[in-house]
Amino acid sequence: MINHSLKLPISLKVSISIFIVFWLIIAAFPFIWTLWGSFKIEADFFSKADWMNALFAPRTIAEKGGAFTGDGYYGAWVQENFWQAVINTTLVCFFVVGTSLTIGTLGGYALSRSSYKYTFWLLITALIFRAMPPITLVAGYLLPFYEWNLWGHLATTVIVLVAINQPFTLWMLHSFFQKIPKELDESAKVDGCTQFQAFRHVIIPVMWPGVITTGLFSFLLAYNDFAITSMLLSQNNQTMMPKIASFMGTTQTEGNVMFAVAAVVSTTAPLFIMVMFFQRQIVSGLTAGAVKG
Amino acid sequence: MKHKTFFWFFLPTASAMLLFIALPIFSIVIQSLFTPHDAVIIVTENCDPFGCKQETTIDQEATRDLKKSEPLGKFVGLEIYKDRGHLAVNEIKEIWVESNNFAEFRNNIGNLPFYRAMAFTLTFTFTVTPLMLVFGFIIALAVNSLHQNLKGLTIFFSLLPMIVSPLIGSLVLFWMIDSRGIIGEALQYVFEDPDLSLKASTGLTWVMLIVYGVWHAAPFSFVVFYAGLQTLPMDTIESAKIDGASRLQQVWYVVIPHLMPLITFVALMQLMDNFRVFEPIVGFSAEAHAQSLSWFIFNDLGGETRLLSSAATSSVLTIIGVSILLFPVLIRTWCDFNEKSAK
Repeated sequence: MINHSLKLPISLKVSISIFIVFWLIIAAFPFIWTLWGSFKIEADFFSKADWMNALFAPRTIAEKGGAFTGDGYYGAWVQENFWQAVINTTLVCFFVVGTSLTIGTLGGYALSRSSYKYTFWLLITALIFRAMPPITLVAGYLLPFYEWNLWGHLATTVIVLVAINQPFTLWMLHSFFQKIPKELDESAKVDGCTQFQAFRHVIIPVMWPGVITTGLFSFLLAYNDFAITSMLLSQNNQTMMPKIASFMGTTQTEGNVMFAVAAVVSTTAPLFIMVMFFQRQIVSGLTAGAVKG
Repeated sequence: MKHKTFFWFFLPTASAMLLFIALPIFSIVIQSLFTPHDAVIIVTENCDPFGCKQETTIDQEATRDLKKSEPLGKFVGLEIYKDRGHLAVNEIKEIWVESNNFAEFRNNIGNLPFYRAMAFTLTFTFTVTPLMLVFGFIIALAVNSLHQNLKGLTIFFSLLPMIVSPLIGSLVLFWMIDSRGIIGEALQYVFEDPDLSLKASTGLTWVMLIVYGVWHAAPFSFVVFYAGLQTLPMDTIESAKIDGASRLQQVWYVVIPHLMPLITFVALMQLMDNFRVFEPIVGFSAEAHAQSLSWFIFNDLGGETRLLSSAATSSVLTIIGVSILLFPVLIRTWCDFNEKSAK
């Protein structure tokens, strides 16, 4: 299948190319279209009269004097304080990734180096926890969080997201650590290191590829979460996802939709850049779980 | 590693999971058995020259005391599970008696909110999962036959639908299929129906959500299968060819069996993930026509009156559903582990 591409009959070659182009359009066109449309006014991007308006923007030109307008972005970022949500998301992502990697590497390392049966049961428990839809846990958080005035704070959400993230992090790091030969830290221990010293001086220097890959997925979870953040954060502390959802809620008044469009584009842009730089790690992370099971 | 060292290494992550996953699960089970207290009502009789009137007022103090002494509320056992908003036991009995045939029975059950959410969730899970497997497999085969330089670029664009949050992805598509958006207008043109709106009918809304689900999930199966194709045993393919197998037969008899472990893995993961479908319903504003179990919980929790007991009950029922889907995964992990330790 791999080196046969030259021998493919021409008809098959053509249909494969058509299919790939078709798939690429499906996958990428919505984003390109929305990026383009975010610089128009609503009457053009959502044009009842003619879809070509979104391309040539006659109304935008008539109203704003040019084919492109940053009004949507100004409205979202300045008028509706989207910048605040961006800062909140940055904080949440930073601390979620930091904390879950710290406690995850310790736990994952321990799981990969212990040969007792209980490691298996711990991994199974983690798998069961991983299967729980996060929203089902929220009802359990609300009462105590109200009672102790923990509700609405970024810190609380960070801890909850870290915990929800742990099962996945553990599984992934566990399989990465298993690929690091045990002899490395065994020999350090023979030389008189404690387990922690062996971890610190021998394992930490070689664990980064696995940790970076796991970190990317922790980041994605924190960045993309809507269920938890929308339920646990107060109005002022909202991250980007609940903020965008609230744009949708505040009735579809003229222009407000374009705020949401601009916010969506602003949210997607960092992910774009991330995929560009870390494509290999993301692919390897996705397949690591699969190959290992 | 010694037990004690293991304990200290594992303590932070274990306590995080205990406090914020295990304890909440326990807590929702308890919460689902209680309902908020009724207000304590005092009936007083006010008599004035024109006659006596009975007046009911809420005894604020007594209500507060009651809430304080029993913060969980009133114990009702399984009552909330049986009420109309959840399993609707009595309603189902009535419907069973009143319905003349099975179709009518099914239609009437469809009017009960929990069963409606259940129906959508299951339909979504069991249509999206096979479709995304097939679609991802075809993309993987096609990309695999591409020229080396094109592969990276194709994978880059293919990852996008999966990497963006479901909320963002569904909003982007939602704006395009709006009756004033590009796809919406194209559909109106194709079907020559200027009033066609995907949002207006239940059937079309479901189709729209399922299409979204496949779009979102196909990249995952594509990437996994693509990685699997790189390890394809070339000599088996060669010998299949010598035996005169056509391309289709090679795929069917060599490639698919080779990828089978990956296919089961992706399928099992996707069954669990699709079961929690939630964000697309918010993104597509589809709640009038399609509700999932997760959305059902979200709806109870949001708004002015947070219906914690009701949400907890739905959560427990959802978790039971997930556990059923999880069962094959656990069996598989169990077998894997035994195989490994037997070696």
